[in-house]
Amino acid sequence: MTYLNAFWVGGLICVAAQILIDKTKLTPGRILVAFVVIGVILGGLGIYDKLVEFAGAGATVPIVGFGNVLAKGAIKAVGEKGLLGALLGGAQAAAGGISASIVFGFLIALIFNPKSK
Amino acid sequence: MQYSKKEYLDYLNQKSPNSTIVKDMICAFLVGGIICVIGQAFYDLYNKAFGIDEETARTAVSVTMVFLGAFLTGINVYGKIAKYAGAGTLVPITGFANAIVSPAMEFKKEGLVLGLAAKMFVIAGPVLVYGITASAFVGVIYYIIGLMGGSI
Repeated sequence: MTYLNAFWVGGLICVAAQILIDKTKLTPGRILVAFVVIGVILGGLGIYDKLVEFAGAGATVPIVGFGNVLAKGAIKAVGEKGLLGALLGGAQAAAGGISASIVFGFLIALIFNPKSK
Repeated sequence: MQYSKKEYLDYLNQKSPNSTIVKDMICAFLVGGIICVIGQAFYDLYNKAFGIDEETARTAVSVTMVFLGAFLTGINVYGKIAKYAGAGTLVPITGFANAIVSPAMEFKKEGLVLGLAAKMFVIAGPVLVYGITASAFVGVIYYIIGLMGGSI
């Protein structure tokens, strides 16, 4: 059941972005930024976790889920460490994804070359 | 013949009727959905089979998906899928990895520092800037709510 929910929820989030691409002239970069900020807002309001419970990876794999992780990290760190937590929590919670992007991104780009045109 | 920007956009809209948009939406839905199902399979593997706790398993899934997105971009497969899938390959975290590797590979010839390393962040940079800044705002708001005696 989780797989079905992951499929259609994740799919629908992508459809929302596809509509923005087709109907507006928003560039992919802007859409990624918008979706991450939407994730932060929904995470800050505590709404997004309900979707994660329901759809699992259908909610966490889209970039919106990355925003949710950032927001939840900041909230948790503020509870533990006070105001400084606002700066610590987000990046800390997302550290795995961020570092993986940098390390794998660097190594892969180093090893492989773009398709010759 | 010269078009103004608006005329050009009108022309584009004429040439891309709703049927194309429906097709785009279906492709984005299917591919985006499948990528999330793959993520769920990794989650179940880490959480249920390996017994890793929920939060760590989710991070491990992100790391795995980032690797797959980066690797498939490196071997020129991700771009081919993206041609059909549009937002279906953009929105999942694999698309974030693709947005890092793609310009990094392309600008490698301009050097490993100011080419490859700098261009990695052409799209990923703004995502981190806005994401982390927004999360700091959320943290500050929760701090203020806490000061006012509200419950977190």
